[in-house]
Amino acid sequence: MINLYPLLIIAAVLFVVLNLAGGLIWVERRLLALWQDRYGPNRVGPFGLGQVVADSVKLFTKEDWIPPFADKAAFVLAPAVVVATSLLAFAVIPFAAGFVVADLSIGILFLLAMSSLGVYSVVLAGWSSNNKYALLGGLRAAAQMLSYEVFMGLSLMGVVVLAGSFRITDIVNAQRHMWYVIPQFAGFVLFFIAGVAETRRLPFDLAEAESELIAGFHSEYSGMKFGMFFVGEYIGVILISAMLTLLYFGGWLGPVLPAPVWFGIKTLFFICVFILLRGALPRPRFDQLMSWGWKVLLPLALVNLLITGAFVLAGV
Amino acid sequence: MAFIFYASSIVAVVATLLTITRRNAIHALLYLVVSLLAIAIDFYVMGAPFVAALELIIYAGAIMVLFVFVVMMLNIGEHAAETELDVFRPRAWLGPGLLAAVLLAEVARLVSLQSGAYTGSTEISSKQVAVALFGPYVIGVELASLLLTAGLVGAYHLGRRAVSREEEIRGVDTDESRAVSRGAAVSAGAGRSSHAA
Repeated sequence: MINLYPLLIIAAVLFVVLNLAGGLIWVERRLLALWQDRYGPNRVGPFGLGQVVADSVKLFTKEDWIPPFADKAAFVLAPAVVVATSLLAFAVIPFAAGFVVADLSIGILFLLAMSSLGVYSVVLAGWSSNNKYALLGGLRAAAQMLSYEVFMGLSLMGVVVLAGSFRITDIVNAQRHMWYVIPQFAGFVLFFIAGVAETRRLPFDLAEAESELIAGFHSEYSGMKFGMFFVGEYIGVILISAMLTLLYFGGWLGPVLPAPVWFGIKTLFFICVFILLRGALPRPRFDQLMSWGWKVLLPLALVNLLITGAFVLAGV
Repeated sequence: MAFIFYASSIVAVVATLLTITRRNAIHALLYLVVSLLAIAIDFYVMGAPFVAALELIIYAGAIMVLFVFVVMMLNIGEHAAETELDVFRPRAWLGPGLLAAVLLAEVARLVSLQSGAYTGSTEISSKQVAVALFGPYVIGVELASLLLTAGLVGAYHLGRRAVSREEEIRGVDTDESRAVSRGAAVSAGAGRSSHAA
């Protein structure tokens, strides 16, 4: 007899995450419009919500063109990788106590592994397109994501040291008395910056940088293959927001309201911050990005880990 | 669990064979990534989740990305695939084939000695791994860190941009020239660290 409970959770998680990722297209356009003193899409259906349906119908019915000069296998594989890795990462995200697909003892490491595997999608897309702008985008993405991954992992280790576990439910339960954002504020800021860089959102979208590289690594993509990159990016945003909530803001813990609602509110807040960043910040130059990552943020992450370790060792 | 172990082992073996026989370098690397992923599953099933995670993060997620990165930069085209054909002549296979046959015989002997070599009972936690690493095996950790530091220093030396006399006199240090030197340092450092690791 197969236990149906995990299958139910998987179905629920997929349903919520995929719908949210689709809906975010509308949320982002509306919020950006609000902050830029415009209306945004408000014609299709109530509040323009039908825009999501219209957009997805358009994406599915558009011509799906694979350029003859492209490396076909890798070209088709690339958009699948980004969606698959970011959806797999949700396997270890607990939405409430016990509401998780797989509560692995290496939860955080699994998340880091999935985010580092996500690099392949951009790199392969850039290479297989056989287009110089796409290749430049792919190279930028590979260098950027590898560099920012290093201190992304290191900034998380402060939380791991305090909680004494890689398991995400343990980390959330250890925050009953105090959210980790207070003792690990430096770690939180570092992880947030790394998270934005990992999702390749503005101001770290140098891999696509439309003003210099057309559309970067996905210049040659059309139809739903382009849509997969689009959706993959939003899933990444949801994932990083969920991680911020779980590791630094007490996850599902909160008074009065039920646990999943708290988790949802906190995650949505960070998603909105992601969108606000896009509306507010300019894009840095690529060499500035790299030197920032290696010369400022990496040493800061190491110092943060050192101080945290010293405090834990002293038993404060 | 035994079924998962054998299934992912078969995937690993087939993917590794395909890695060797592909003529396109990027395709070969991708099959190697698949092989590493399958081996990570093997580790996980055998009760070593920490090693499985490291396999994913370091090998599949960092080192192989650097390999792909370098191959992308080299821009090897059709003619490289043709020269690869040379490697597939029977004479080139003789030496490696013999060496591999010795290993195969050893594996066969081991398997025949103890039936059911697969043991997936106890899970080794990351804390146990850390205690072992910084307890009895601390010398290994120190040696590895020495090696990595040497690699880093070497990469820095190789990636350093030689300043010509003319520039030194004029004191040219435009944004562009700095950007170039940094780009070179980063890519050289990346290639180097993959060797050291």
